[in-house]
Amino acid sequence: MSDMNRGNRPLSPHLTIYRPQMSSMTSIFVRLTGIGLTLGFLLIVWWLLAAATGPGYFGFVDGLLTSWLGILVMVVSLWALWYHFLGGVRHLIWDMGYGFELRTADMMGYVMIGGSFVMTLLTLLIL
Amino acid sequence: MSYKTDMGRVIGLGSAKQGAEHWFGERLKAVALIPLTIAFLCIVAPLIGESHATVVTALQNPLKAISVILFLLVTFKHLEEGLQVVIEDYVHGKGALLTLLIVTKLGCWAFGLAGIFAVAKIAFSG
Repeated sequence: MSDMNRGNRPLSPHLTIYRPQMSSMTSIFVRLTGIGLTLGFLLIVWWLLAAATGPGYFGFVDGLLTSWLGILVMVVSLWALWYHFLGGVRHLIWDMGYGFELRTADMMGYVMIGGSFVMTLLTLLIL
Repeated sequence: MSYKTDMGRVIGLGSAKQGAEHWFGERLKAVALIPLTIAFLCIVAPLIGESHATVVTALQNPLKAISVILFLLVTFKHLEEGLQVVIEDYVHGKGALLTLLIVTKLGCWAFGLAGIFAVAKIAFSG
Protein backbone atom coordinates (compact mmCIF):
# COMPACT_ATOMS: atom_id res chain seq x y z
CA MET A 1 0.00 0.00 0.00
CA SER A 2 1.69 3.20 -1.05
CA ASP A 3 -0.16 5.18 1.57
CA MET A 4 2.15 3.69 4.19
CA ASN A 5 4.93 5.78 5.58
CA ARG A 6 7.83 4.80 3.33
CA GLY A 7 10.39 6.57 5.44
CA ASN A 8 13.19 7.65 3.12
CA ARG A 9 13.15 4.54 0.94
CA PRO A 10 12.62 5.05 -2.83
CA LEU A 11 9.88 3.45 -4.94
CA SER A 12 10.80 1.29 -7.95
CA PRO A 13 10.23 3.11 -11.26
CA HIS A 14 7.34 1.82 -13.38
CA LEU A 15 5.68 4.19 -15.85
CA THR A 16 8.99 5.95 -16.48
CA ILE A 17 10.87 2.89 -17.65
CA TYR A 18 8.46 0.56 -19.47
CA ARG A 19 7.82 0.94 -23.19
CA PRO A 20 4.08 1.07 -23.99
CA GLN A 21 2.88 -2.35 -25.18
CA MET A 22 -0.30 -3.75 -26.70
CA SER A 23 -1.16 -5.39 -23.38
CA SER A 24 -0.66 -2.38 -21.14
CA MET A 25 -2.12 0.20 -23.53
CA THR A 26 -5.28 -1.77 -24.33
CA SER A 27 -5.72 -2.48 -20.63
CA ILE A 28 -5.52 1.13 -19.48
CA PHE A 29 -7.95 2.12 -22.24
CA VAL A 30 -10.44 -0.45 -20.97
CA ARG A 31 -10.20 1.30 -17.61
CA LEU A 32 -10.42 4.78 -19.16
CA THR A 33 -13.44 3.88 -21.30
CA GLY A 34 -15.09 2.40 -18.23
CA ILE A 35 -14.68 5.66 -16.35
CA GLY A 36 -15.81 7.68 -19.37
CA LEU A 37 -18.90 5.53 -19.78
CA THR A 38 -19.99 6.65 -16.31
CA LEU A 39 -20.65 10.04 -17.87
CA GLY A 40 -22.38 8.46 -20.86
CA PHE A 41 -24.73 6.50 -18.65
CA LEU A 42 -25.54 9.51 -16.49
CA LEU A 43 -26.67 11.19 -19.73
CA ILE A 44 -28.81 8.18 -20.63
CA VAL A 45 -30.44 8.18 -17.19
CA TRP A 46 -31.08 11.91 -17.57
CA TRP A 47 -32.68 11.29 -20.97
CA LEU A 48 -34.86 8.49 -19.55
CA LEU A 49 -35.99 10.65 -16.63
CA ALA A 50 -36.82 13.41 -19.09
CA ALA A 51 -38.92 10.99 -21.13
CA ALA A 52 -40.77 9.98 -17.97
CA THR A 53 -41.35 13.62 -17.03
CA GLY A 54 -43.12 14.93 -20.09
CA PRO A 55 -42.78 16.21 -23.66
CA GLY A 56 -41.58 19.69 -22.67
CA TYR A 57 -38.59 18.71 -20.58
CA PHE A 58 -37.89 15.78 -22.91
CA GLY A 59 -37.66 18.22 -25.80
CA PHE A 60 -35.03 20.21 -23.91
CA VAL A 61 -32.87 17.19 -23.07
CA ASP A 62 -33.37 15.70 -26.51
CA GLY A 63 -32.28 18.99 -28.02
CA LEU A 64 -29.05 18.86 -26.02
CA LEU A 65 -28.34 15.26 -26.97
CA THR A 66 -28.96 15.90 -30.67
CA SER A 67 -26.90 19.09 -30.83
CA TRP A 68 -23.55 18.66 -32.59
CA LEU A 69 -21.79 18.41 -29.21
CA GLY A 70 -24.38 15.95 -27.97
CA ILE A 71 -24.01 13.78 -31.07
CA LEU A 72 -20.23 13.87 -30.64
CA VAL A 73 -20.53 12.76 -27.01
CA MET A 74 -22.98 10.00 -28.00
CA VAL A 75 -20.78 8.66 -30.82
CA VAL A 76 -17.63 8.70 -28.68
CA SER A 77 -19.58 7.00 -25.85
CA LEU A 78 -20.76 4.38 -28.35
CA TRP A 79 -17.16 3.72 -29.39
CA ALA A 80 -16.14 3.56 -25.71
CA LEU A 81 -18.95 1.09 -25.02
CA TRP A 82 -17.84 -1.25 -27.82
CA TYR A 83 -14.18 -0.97 -26.86
CA HIS A 84 -14.93 -1.70 -23.20
CA PHE A 85 -17.27 -4.54 -24.27
CA LEU A 86 -14.58 -6.20 -26.41
CA GLY A 87 -12.00 -5.65 -23.66
CA GLY A 88 -14.33 -7.36 -21.21
CA VAL A 89 -14.79 -10.31 -23.56
CA ARG A 90 -10.99 -10.58 -23.76
CA HIS A 91 -10.85 -10.72 -19.95
CA LEU A 92 -13.48 -13.45 -19.89
CA ILE A 93 -11.45 -15.45 -22.42
CA TRP A 94 -8.38 -15.06 -20.22
CA ASP A 95 -10.41 -16.01 -17.14
CA MET A 96 -11.29 -19.30 -18.81
CA GLY A 97 -7.60 -19.93 -19.27
CA TYR A 98 -7.30 -19.35 -23.01
CA GLY A 99 -5.35 -16.83 -25.00
CA PHE A 100 -2.27 -16.25 -22.89
CA GLU A 101 0.16 -17.03 -25.71
CA LEU A 102 1.77 -13.78 -26.79
CA ARG A 103 0.57 -13.87 -30.40
CA THR A 104 -3.00 -14.68 -29.37
CA ALA A 105 -3.02 -11.93 -26.76
CA ASP A 106 -1.67 -9.40 -29.26
CA MET A 107 -4.23 -10.48 -31.84
CA MET A 108 -7.04 -9.98 -29.33
CA GLY A 109 -5.69 -6.50 -28.73
CA TYR A 110 -5.96 -5.68 -32.43
CA VAL A 111 -9.48 -7.14 -32.50
CA MET A 112 -10.44 -4.83 -29.63
CA ILE A 113 -9.09 -1.72 -31.33
CA GLY A 114 -10.31 -2.47 -34.85
CA GLY A 115 -13.50 -4.15 -33.70
CA SER A 116 -14.56 -1.18 -31.61
CA PHE A 117 -14.47 1.13 -34.66
CA VAL A 118 -16.18 -1.45 -36.89
CA MET A 119 -18.95 -2.14 -34.36
CA THR A 120 -19.46 1.59 -33.78
CA LEU A 121 -19.91 2.13 -37.53
CA LEU A 122 -22.22 -0.89 -37.81
CA THR A 123 -24.33 0.31 -34.89
CA LEU A 124 -24.63 3.80 -36.39
CA LEU A 125 -25.57 2.40 -39.78
CA ILE A 126 -27.99 -0.31 -38.69
CA LEU A 127 -29.61 1.21 -35.61
CA MET B 1 -10.95 -26.66 11.34
CA SER B 2 -9.93 -23.09 12.11
CA TYR B 3 -6.18 -22.66 12.37
CA LYS B 4 -6.40 -19.29 14.04
CA THR B 5 -4.98 -18.69 17.51
CA ASP B 6 -7.38 -17.51 20.18
CA MET B 7 -5.87 -14.06 19.98
CA GLY B 8 -6.34 -14.04 16.22
CA ARG B 9 -9.97 -14.99 16.49
CA VAL B 10 -10.60 -12.28 19.07
CA ILE B 11 -8.88 -9.54 17.03
CA GLY B 12 -10.79 -10.69 13.97
CA LEU B 13 -8.25 -9.89 11.25
CA GLY B 14 -7.65 -12.12 8.24
CA SER B 15 -9.51 -13.09 5.09
CA ALA B 16 -12.95 -11.62 4.56
CA LYS B 17 -14.00 -15.04 3.16
CA GLN B 18 -16.02 -13.39 0.37
CA GLY B 19 -13.28 -13.15 -2.23
CA ALA B 20 -14.27 -16.05 -4.45
CA GLU B 21 -17.94 -15.09 -4.46
CA HIS B 22 -17.07 -11.48 -5.32
CA TRP B 23 -14.76 -12.59 -8.13
CA PHE B 24 -17.36 -14.90 -9.62
CA GLY B 25 -20.11 -12.31 -9.23
CA GLU B 26 -18.06 -9.86 -11.29
CA ARG B 27 -17.69 -12.40 -14.07
CA LEU B 28 -21.37 -13.33 -13.92
CA LYS B 29 -22.37 -9.68 -14.34
CA ALA B 30 -19.93 -9.32 -17.22
CA VAL B 31 -21.36 -12.35 -19.02
CA ALA B 32 -24.90 -11.07 -18.42
CA LEU B 33 -23.91 -7.72 -19.88
CA ILE B 34 -23.02 -9.30 -23.23
CA PRO B 35 -26.61 -9.97 -24.35
CA LEU B 36 -28.00 -7.11 -22.24
CA THR B 37 -25.75 -4.52 -23.89
CA ILE B 38 -26.74 -5.71 -27.35
CA ALA B 39 -30.41 -5.62 -26.36
CA PHE B 40 -29.98 -2.14 -24.88
CA LEU B 41 -28.31 -0.83 -28.04
CA CYS B 42 -31.00 -2.38 -30.25
CA ILE B 43 -33.74 -0.76 -28.17
CA VAL B 44 -32.32 2.63 -27.17
CA ALA B 45 -29.96 3.60 -30.02
CA PRO B 46 -32.76 3.99 -32.58
CA LEU B 47 -34.72 6.10 -30.06
CA ILE B 48 -32.13 8.83 -29.59
CA GLY B 49 -33.40 11.85 -31.47
CA GLU B 50 -36.92 10.49 -31.91
CA SER B 51 -40.04 12.26 -30.68
CA HIS B 52 -41.29 11.94 -27.14
CA ALA B 53 -44.32 9.92 -28.27
CA THR B 54 -42.13 7.42 -30.13
CA VAL B 55 -39.84 6.93 -27.12
CA VAL B 56 -42.76 6.49 -24.72
CA THR B 57 -44.53 4.01 -27.01
CA ALA B 58 -41.34 1.99 -27.41
CA LEU B 59 -40.69 1.77 -23.67
CA GLN B 60 -44.29 0.77 -22.97
CA ASN B 61 -43.52 -2.50 -24.71
CA PRO B 62 -42.99 -4.92 -21.77
CA LEU B 63 -40.13 -6.82 -23.37
CA LYS B 64 -38.21 -3.62 -24.17
CA ALA B 65 -38.89 -2.13 -20.75
CA ILE B 66 -37.74 -5.27 -18.93
CA SER B 67 -34.60 -5.52 -21.06
CA VAL B 68 -33.63 -1.91 -20.40
CA ILE B 69 -34.35 -2.26 -16.67
CA LEU B 70 -32.25 -5.42 -16.45
CA PHE B 71 -29.47 -3.72 -18.37
CA LEU B 72 -29.49 -0.69 -16.06
CA LEU B 73 -29.53 -2.92 -12.98
CA VAL B 74 -26.50 -4.96 -13.99
CA THR B 75 -24.65 -2.00 -15.53
CA PHE B 76 -24.82 0.13 -12.41
CA LYS B 77 -23.67 -2.79 -10.22
CA HIS B 78 -20.80 -3.37 -12.67
CA LEU B 79 -20.05 0.36 -12.65
CA GLU B 80 -20.01 0.39 -8.86
CA GLU B 81 -17.49 -2.45 -8.70
CA GLY B 82 -15.37 -0.99 -11.48
CA LEU B 83 -15.18 2.48 -9.96
CA GLN B 84 -14.43 0.91 -6.60
CA VAL B 85 -11.24 -0.75 -7.86
CA VAL B 86 -10.18 2.40 -9.69
CA ILE B 87 -10.61 4.51 -6.56
CA GLU B 88 -8.84 1.92 -4.42
CA ASP B 89 -5.92 1.94 -6.87
CA TYR B 90 -5.37 5.67 -7.13
CA VAL B 91 -6.68 7.32 -3.98
CA HIS B 92 -4.47 7.11 -0.93
CA GLY B 93 -5.20 7.94 2.67
CA LYS B 94 -8.06 6.47 4.65
CA GLY B 95 -10.27 9.59 4.85
CA ALA B 96 -10.35 10.48 1.17
CA LEU B 97 -10.59 6.82 0.14
CA LEU B 98 -13.56 6.04 2.36
CA THR B 99 -15.43 9.24 1.51
CA LEU B 100 -14.96 8.80 -2.23
CA LEU B 101 -15.96 5.14 -2.10
CA ILE B 102 -19.13 5.86 -0.15
CA VAL B 103 -20.11 8.78 -2.39
CA THR B 104 -19.47 6.72 -5.52
CA LYS B 105 -21.42 3.69 -4.35
CA LEU B 106 -24.37 5.76 -3.18
CA GLY B 107 -24.27 7.66 -6.47
CA CYS B 108 -24.37 4.44 -8.49
CA TRP B 109 -27.38 3.21 -6.57
CA ALA B 110 -29.14 6.55 -6.84
CA PHE B 111 -28.61 6.94 -10.58
CA GLY B 112 -29.27 3.30 -11.32
CA LEU B 113 -32.55 3.36 -9.45
CA ALA B 114 -33.47 6.70 -11.02
CA GLY B 115 -33.03 5.21 -14.47
CA ILE B 116 -35.02 2.11 -13.59
CA PHE B 117 -37.76 4.27 -12.06
CA ALA B 118 -37.95 6.35 -15.23
CA VAL B 119 -38.39 3.29 -17.45
CA ALA B 120 -40.93 1.77 -15.05
CA LYS B 121 -42.89 5.01 -14.94
CA ILE B 122 -43.11 5.09 -18.73
CA ALA B 123 -43.93 1.39 -18.95
CA PHE B 124 -46.75 1.60 -16.42
CA SER B 125 -48.23 4.71 -17.97
CA GLY B 126 -49.63 2.93 -20.99
